[in-house]
Amino acid sequence: MKKIVTKQQKTTIGKVLRYIKKYWMYLGLSIFLAAVTVALTLYIPILTGRAVDLIVAKGLVDFAGILTILKRMAVVILLTAAAQWVMNACNNKITYNVVRDIRKEAFDKIEHLPLSYIDSHSYGEVVSRVIADVDQFADGLLMGFTQFFTGVVTIFGTLIFMLTINVKITVAVVLITPLSLFVASFIAKKTFSMFKLQSETRGEQTGFIEEIIGNQKVVQALSHEKEALEKFDEINGRLQKYSLRAIFFSSITNPATRFINSLVYAVVGIVGAFLAIAGGITVGQLSSLLSYANQYTKPFNEISGVVTELQNALACAARVFELMEEQPETPDDSDAAVLSHAEGKVELSHVNFSYTPEQKLIEDFNLSVKPGQRVAIVGPTGCGKTTLINLLMRFYDVNSGTISVDGIPVRKMTRESLRNNYGMVLQETWLRSGTIRDNITMGKPDATEEEIIAAAKASHAHSFIKRLPEGYDTVIAEDGGNLSQGQKQLLCIARVMLCLPPMLILDEATSSIDTRTEIRIQKAFAKMMQGRTSFIVAHRLSTIQEADIILVMKDGSIVEQGNHETLLAQDGFYATLYNSQFAK
Amino acid sequence: MKKLLVYLKDYKKESVLGPLFKLLEASFELIVPLVMAAIIDRGVAFADKPYILKMCLVLVLLAVIGLVCSITAQYFAAKAAVGFSTGLRHALFEHIEKLSFSEMDTVGTSTLITRMTSDVNQVQNGVNLVLRLFLRSPFIVFGAMIMAFTIDVKAALVFVVAIPLLSVVVFGIMLVSIPLYKKVQGALDKVLGITRENLTGARVIRAFNKEEEEIENFNGHNEMLTAAQVYVGKISALMNPVTYVIVNGAIVALVWIGAIRVDNGFITQGEVVALVNYMSQILVELVKLANLIININKSIACGNRIQAVLELEPSIRDTGVPISEPSAKTAGGFAVEFSHVGLTYAGAGDESLTDIHFAVKKGETVGIIGGTGSGKSSVVNLIPRFYEATAGSVLVDGKDVREYSLKELRDKVGVVLQKAVLFKGTIRENLAWGNGSATEQEMAEALRIAQAKEFVEAKEGGLDFEIEQGGKNLSGGQRQRLTIARALVKRPEILILDDSASALDFATDAALRKAIREMEGETTVFIVSQRAASIRHADKIVVLDDGAVVGLGTHEELLAGCEVYQEIYYSQFKKAAGGEQA
Repeated sequence: MKKIVTKQQKTTIGKVLRYIKKYWMYLGLSIFLAAVTVALTLYIPILTGRAVDLIVAKGLVDFAGILTILKRMAVVILLTAAAQWVMNACNNKITYNVVRDIRKEAFDKIEHLPLSYIDSHSYGEVVSRVIADVDQFADGLLMGFTQFFTGVVTIFGTLIFMLTINVKITVAVVLITPLSLFVASFIAKKTFSMFKLQSETRGEQTGFIEEIIGNQKVVQALSHEKEALEKFDEINGRLQKYSLRAIFFSSITNPATRFINSLVYAVVGIVGAFLAIAGGITVGQLSSLLSYANQYTKPFNEISGVVTELQNALACAARVFELMEEQPETPDDSDAAVLSHAEGKVELSHVNFSYTPEQKLIEDFNLSVKPGQRVAIVGPTGCGKTTLINLLMRFYDVNSGTISVDGIPVRKMTRESLRNNYGMVLQETWLRSGTIRDNITMGKPDATEEEIIAAAKASHAHSFIKRLPEGYDTVIAEDGGNLSQGQKQLLCIARVMLCLPPMLILDEATSSIDTRTEIRIQKAFAKMMQGRTSFIVAHRLSTIQEADIILVMKDGSIVEQGNHETLLAQDGFYATLYNSQFAK
Repeated sequence: MKKLLVYLKDYKKESVLGPLFKLLEASFELIVPLVMAAIIDRGVAFADKPYILKMCLVLVLLAVIGLVCSITAQYFAAKAAVGFSTGLRHALFEHIEKLSFSEMDTVGTSTLITRMTSDVNQVQNGVNLVLRLFLRSPFIVFGAMIMAFTIDVKAALVFVVAIPLLSVVVFGIMLVSIPLYKKVQGALDKVLGITRENLTGARVIRAFNKEEEEIENFNGHNEMLTAAQVYVGKISALMNPVTYVIVNGAIVALVWIGAIRVDNGFITQGEVVALVNYMSQILVELVKLANLIININKSIACGNRIQAVLELEPSIRDTGVPISEPSAKTAGGFAVEFSHVGLTYAGAGDESLTDIHFAVKKGETVGIIGGTGSGKSSVVNLIPRFYEATAGSVLVDGKDVREYSLKELRDKVGVVLQKAVLFKGTIRENLAWGNGSATEQEMAEALRIAQAKEFVEAKEGGLDFEIEQGGKNLSGGQRQRLTIARALVKRPEILILDDSASALDFATDAALRKAIREMEGETTVFIVSQRAASIRHADKIVVLDDGAVVGLGTHEELLAGCEVYQEIYYSQFKKAAGGEQA
């Protein structure tokens, strides 16, 4: 530990304190009770010592005196216990409420982050910040409150009590203390490098396991099991070596500090006994000192553990705060227009867009779509067809140029009203955990039963829903786990069918659906598109040929634009694409 | 969990010596209060300074012996625990590698990875703790009680009352709070689920303007989690105050009874101090024991989960005896033959494949087409015996696949799966997965056929280009072509391309098929595809619908007589344009 608190940790502590401030009454009570608890706890050995002093030898016992002391002890014990319990409850309350507030804010943030953030960070990472990091932070905070604080108070309290009994012994104890700290930090330093080596090797092994077990099918297809096991054993062997060292050396800390404690105990014993002979202290005081010697060293051992825990907690908190301080989506203008029911005229003029400045994607793109027209987006897989959807729905903002609906630039209208005017069915179907009904009514929570069934029928989903065990009330697992891909897509269509906005964004299925379901989806799509401005990511030739406008995309940018005939006549990328599909 | 203990058997010595040294250390610790009592009763009472010095030396000596014993114990315990987990991980890895596709499907890889990593660590931790502490703490508790009895039987009766009372409180609170902690875990899982759902569904949630409702929903569950945490926190916060009251109450009783016993001349003042010390020791150990039990509980739960994985029986076993004789050309010279094959996946009610019956000659190219869920992949997965046919039989070179050893069978078959998977390492190392002894020339040839030559040559270092984990630094199409090349390096007798050209554009796909057709030797090729264009020139096309063969023949034959094939074909090729564009 070069420096216990770094600058970054300081700012993190500042932020944590701001959350705690709300609960300052609990915090004040907790600090007060901690002091009370420690003081009372330390008072007990004194009382015990006094009582012991009244028990001298056969026939020399002051029962009346003992009884008064014992009565006082009983009161002190009960008070201590009560103070301890209330203090713990306060700490719990502060910790879990702070954590709740942080989690709440973090989630709020997630809902308002720009999609670019969500797209560029793995879900697991964000989830682990909101859940695991916050949890770890809670543990650290709780431990910090309960152990760090009482630990420090105990050390000083013990010193004061010892001083009141005898100065010499106290000095002797204080002189030995650095030895204990020195041994603990020496071991911690030594073990740190070993723990690092262990966690690196463990990381390497986890990576290897993920790679091999995660791709078991390929490993078996190439009959590579034996080689994989050999490599695994090699890493495993190294891990064994490093783990043994790390675990062994770290486990020396306890015996070593306990050894120092025993030395302190012996020193107190010898000095105390000599003083007792000289009449400096009584036997009872010696017994109190001995018990202090035990209590005094204990917090030192604990605190070094708590400091690491606290540092860890701060690192976790910093990660959560990092998420919470991300730039949110630019809010809607205060005077933003509300698009009530669009006619469906969509215009893109001089649009420039790219995800990163280094890689230009869409440059000076112009497109004019009349109400009711169909636009097919065509191109090889991974050519960036979703980019256009991102811009139309305003999941991302254009770098320059304008997109307007019914003549109003989308930047000048509320996101809510813009998105209300689009119905979107993506190929990556997403359903929420809940009932089938919850999912269909997502866009229109107040829909009647008749409307729901009508929408399900129109999207050819009614027949399979009816066959489910609980019909419309069947609970589907997170991400629709118990439904087939095709069924999920039909549900997504029903969801849009129910509110049926004036403009549509549809994503045709490429593979995961069987022919019959695919035909059903086609029919449902056709029904929805009647009289609506539609953007379709198209894979089927028939859809492409029937479109009013075809946008041909390649490597993220739009390379050609026109209808089937004009594009074929151009003999460009579309023509190559079209011809190669039918080439020998 | 019990069965896992076999992995400790190589560390019998350590597993016995560890706890033994720990007990030795504990015994010495129990002597300390007696020595202190002697100092008070003899040293102080008779002002015997040399005696005090001697006794303090004894204290230091006891500390040194304790230190040596406990370090020895820690070493043996660590060695046994680490050795145990190493053996366990090896066994797990080896076992998981033997699991066939159907077990992998039901268990899920992420679960298996957790078992191998965090669960094993937790168990290792548990074993280490048990070896170090499980005997020690009860030993000290009862040891302290016995020592108290050696001092004075009547006074020791306080221990007889206090210890069971303490145990009841400690374990009672644990019994109440452990199920509550499970509830907290459940609430936490729910909050986690909502967070993940909102990330994966961010687009849909925003498209439907559901942000505010989602926040409300989250807040509701967040409150529930907090309430559960505060509640269980309150209960477990009882532990310390209550044990404190009992132990100190016992000390009060000890002092009172001690006073009576001293007054009657049965014990001395120093002995009363010793009794009080023993009581304090018990408090410390009980708290340790409670923590230990929580940890052991967790470890046992993890151990049971690991046990469950180890008990998974691989459904496909190496039954065949490896036969080195050259594969005899059997009747008709069929390379692959499906004889009335049916397949029902584990846990599924209905058959996924029904009565699949066809044969393929050596060197033929077979196209398999049909919608998703029609069973295309299932059919080809039966050839290298990734799944076991539940009816009928699959024959390779006239011999039932079950009669081959898995290695022999899979060496014959090169499979390229839908998902293009590459491993961390150079391109050369990846290609060598197929065939460790492939020459530079063979690799170049495979890359050429797979249409990967150009881009590999363009990469820095060519064949020595480092691929990142998961092939992240290559495009989807490049990954697919490399996986095809990897299968080709194997020089398989049967090559299966399971929808493995989906990321390739049409021109590259066509060039790839052409190169494969022109390959030397009599390779039997299976092409599984959604695209009619990819398979229309195959020697034989198998049309699947709902797990059954509904058409078998050449493109022309099927176009004339197979309804499903017509449907697929014309959905991709306009009816009128179809002929002209060909």
